[in-house]
Amino acid sequence: MENTLQSVPQNWYLLLSSFLFCIGVMGVLFRRNAIIILMCVELMLNSVNLLLVSYSSYAGNNDGQVFVFFIMVVAAAEVAVGLALLVSIFRNIASTDIDVLSKLKW
Amino acid sequence: MNEILILMKSEWVLLLIIIIFLFIKVGSTEWKNENLLYLANILLLINFILGFVLNTDGIIFDEMFKTNSLICLEKNILNLGTLLISLQSYHWLKNHKHVAEFYMLLLSTLLGMFFMISSNNLLMFYLGLELSTIPLAALANFDLHKRQSSEAAFKLIISSALSSGLLLFGISLLYGTSGTLNLSEISQHLNGSNLQLFAFILLLAGFAFKISAVPFHLWTADVYEGSPVAVTSYLSVISKGAVLFVFVSVLYTVFKSLGIAWQNMLILLSVLTMIIGNLFAIRQNNIKRLLAYSSIAQVGFILAGISGCSQLGTTSVIYFILIYVFSNLGAFGVVSIISSTTGKETISDYKGLYKSNPFLSWTITIALFSLAGIPPTAGFFGKFFLIMSAAQNGNYLFISIAALNMVISLYYYLILVKAIFMDKNEQAIEKIHVPILPKIAMLICTAGIIIVGLYGEIYEYIFKLSFGY
Repeated sequence: MENTLQSVPQNWYLLLSSFLFCIGVMGVLFRRNAIIILMCVELMLNSVNLLLVSYSSYAGNNDGQVFVFFIMVVAAAEVAVGLALLVSIFRNIASTDIDVLSKLKW
Repeated sequence: MNEILILMKSEWVLLLIIIIFLFIKVGSTEWKNENLLYLANILLLINFILGFVLNTDGIIFDEMFKTNSLICLEKNILNLGTLLISLQSYHWLKNHKHVAEFYMLLLSTLLGMFFMISSNNLLMFYLGLELSTIPLAALANFDLHKRQSSEAAFKLIISSALSSGLLLFGISLLYGTSGTLNLSEISQHLNGSNLQLFAFILLLAGFAFKISAVPFHLWTADVYEGSPVAVTSYLSVISKGAVLFVFVSVLYTVFKSLGIAWQNMLILLSVLTMIIGNLFAIRQNNIKRLLAYSSIAQVGFILAGISGCSQLGTTSVIYFILIYVFSNLGAFGVVSIISSTTGKETISDYKGLYKSNPFLSWTITIALFSLAGIPPTAGFFGKFFLIMSAAQNGNYLFISIAALNMVISLYYYLILVKAIFMDKNEQAIEKIHVPILPKIAMLICTAGIIIVGLYGEIYEYIFKLSFGY
């Protein structure tokens, strides 16, 4: 298994996951639909997972792979709470567009 | 086995309290809210007292979890703050349907912070951080019928998810370049390569989000305004304080060898945070937003102290956070009582408060004086040590900017004091009956503000403990 992972140079993993991470960050910052924002958060976390797995294979220890499982668990918890809050918002304003959420502003 | 019991005793006690509330909630007996609140406060008091006994040093769980007397002190400060917030929120929770849930969520976040402070491994740190932020979003939505509350909660969870994403990317790069997740081993593998500096900047951004330092502060005021006051005070004091404790120890122990690189970054962040926090505080009309921006500005001062990078830095930060707990909770306690009885939250509502409520007026005034750093109060000494620590770099331009910012901050604190004592108001807030528990909390805060500043032993004690950290 290890050889398959290492048949791609390490930098490529770094480039791919940085690219995915940037897409995620841009999505969180610029998309206006709350559900898509939550999806972009997932994309950010999964790009980190990819990076951790590849690094773990190259470093020759399992710490990174164990970390990935915990990130998955936490991401699930985060989205669960996020969606619950979204339901509570939807009850109040009947929309998932976050532009409507501007009652509080400076 | 015994070692695990003793070293993790603060965590065990908290977990026990959470389980007690869980059983009360699922149990068949209906508890009256008053009794439940008294029980909660007694349990938190016991928890606070237990924090002082059986404090030993040690590392367990394959170097994942470490504890020492400094960490125990930090946990005690957080315990004290949580107890004070619980006492203050009595009036708000008395008529709330979900008291047991409130304490379960609140104490889970505190548990997460304890794990985060004690972590010696990036995995442990990340889990603690998430445990301390996810329930907070649920807490921010605790006024379920209010639209502002759910809006605040959603903003909180999105910004905390973004910040933990940045933090995670930094962690993975750090793992890739050093090959380990153990914090003390990472510090031996730091070589200052570009990738490691980039990882460090991502970590710094993640931390800056949590402590709401300036380019990453935008969520703060919205979340503070929309959440219930008890949650706002928890966010601004306990959650921020815990992250700052970890921030200091990570910078000083792990990244010590990159010191020159991060000192300048911190100075820049600190200047921006102080100036923007103060300038935006001036134009606020809502008192919770005012306190939010003032807490951003206070973080600027704390960052100034951290940039000193010495034993004095650690000491001054912990000492200041202790004072900040008292002074900010003193102010928020009064806001909490007034907001939950009358629903009034703007500065003009506070006009003429002194005529009807002298006790509340004096409490908030002393707290605001301490936040502004006016001499007989503890806030002055806290800021004095922070600036002394910052002065070690010999960057006097920076010190003068910090001093100027203290003057700017006086302006908006004194406007509030003027409104309370001097302005006349036809519809002033009526006389409010303060229940006994919030009154005790306010008296503790006032006493703390005066005693911590004047009793020098406390500073000496923290200085002695922080040797080598």
